[in-house]
Amino acid sequence: MPWFAAAAFCLTVAGLYVGFFMAPTDAQQGDGYRIIFLHVPVSWMSMFIYVVMAFWAAVGLIFNSRLSAMMASALAPTGAMFAFLSLWTGALWGKPMWGTWWVWDARLTSELILLFLYMGFMALQSAIDDQRRADKAGAVLALVGVVNIPVIYFSVQWWNTLHQGASVSLTQAPSMATIMLIGMLLMALAAWMYTIAVALMRVRCIILEREYRTAWVNDLKEIRQ
Amino acid sequence: MKDAFGLSAIYWIVHRELKLTMRRKSDAITPLLFFVIVTSLFPLSVGTDVEMLRRIAPGVLWVTALLATMLSLPRLFEQDYADGTLEQLALSPAPLSAMVVGKVVAYWLMTGLPLALLAPLLALQFYLPTTSILILATTLLIGTPVLALIGSIGASLTLGLRGGGVLVALLVLPLYVPVLIFGTGAVDAAASGLGATANVSLLTAMLLVAGFFSPMATTAALRIALE
Repeated sequence: MPWFAAAAFCLTVAGLYVGFFMAPTDAQQGDGYRIIFLHVPVSWMSMFIYVVMAFWAAVGLIFNSRLSAMMASALAPTGAMFAFLSLWTGALWGKPMWGTWWVWDARLTSELILLFLYMGFMALQSAIDDQRRADKAGAVLALVGVVNIPVIYFSVQWWNTLHQGASVSLTQAPSMATIMLIGMLLMALAAWMYTIAVALMRVRCIILEREYRTAWVNDLKEIRQ
Repeated sequence: MKDAFGLSAIYWIVHRELKLTMRRKSDAITPLLFFVIVTSLFPLSVGTDVEMLRRIAPGVLWVTALLATMLSLPRLFEQDYADGTLEQLALSPAPLSAMVVGKVVAYWLMTGLPLALLAPLLALQFYLPTTSILILATTLLIGTPVLALIGSIGASLTLGLRGGGVLVALLVLPLYVPVLIFGTGAVDAAASGLGATANVSLLTAMLLVAGFFSPMATTAALRIALE
């Protein structure tokens, strides 16, 4: 876990350095485009975390395992944070580029719905006192909400609106300069590492909280002291 | 048992629910009154300009129908859960998902259908032209079952929780957004001469998908609640 945190820190510094000092100023957008180094990785993560969360929720429902449900609830706050950051940085970028903070565009709307889904998941879990019921009810909700993910991902292609299409794909040559791409990928990796570190830290807390009566928790070195 | 899909179970549940609602008519009438009153508030609050009312009418009617559906959602399972009927239903040999379908159908007959039938009348208050009214009624007829189906997931997830009503709103409203967009979009598209077919087809597709998946999710959630 400390390694992931350290990796997240180093990659963020490297990504920001590449993004701010090495990448050239964009011909059309000026320096304002630099927010994509935060915006794009954060948006990717917000969607990807939901998929991972739904995956753990499904595993928890199918195999009735406790740890996977804990993973799902540990991921939700991070995902919500990324969804919020994605909307926020998008708004900051939209003001100088589109001349408005917000448009009712398909991708923005569906990202907003994603944020609401994260909040609904957390609200439902915190409203149920019985842990096992909370886990399972949350899992059902997470699986229902997963229909939104493809809608966000393909919204740019399905509806031709203000939000531009993806500039990075696995199959074609990216439509941006290599140095910009490196900066963005570094930031994406940093977001990954951050997510892993924080989710693991949170799941450790959840385990300790739930198992505080068991013998092995009381035998821990930190607790005996 | 010959009846593998629980068709007779669906029939009996619908029958029972309708009978119960008939005995307590106010349960079914309150959401309708809510619908009428709230839509009437809009012309009073935003002014009676004909053009503007015509423009906001589909949105107002849809949002209010959505809220009326949502407010009556707790009725779907709450009472059966409180008096133990739900547990008996879960124990019976017929599949629980069939019972869920029956309950949702009965619920829609008692709230969604009257809402969709009442909407054209209320649309007259907003000076909507006849073609738009017809399309609005069609989209509501297709859309309200979707609302009922998605709502049943929310209702079953929050069964017996404190603050359930507000929580249902938080869970269900984000999932209602697509229905709302295409429902109002159909009326707008028709008004601007584009034709409503695309939106109506999408709504129907949503109905089919929700009709297939939401009873499964609701059944799973009910079993969790009954554990």
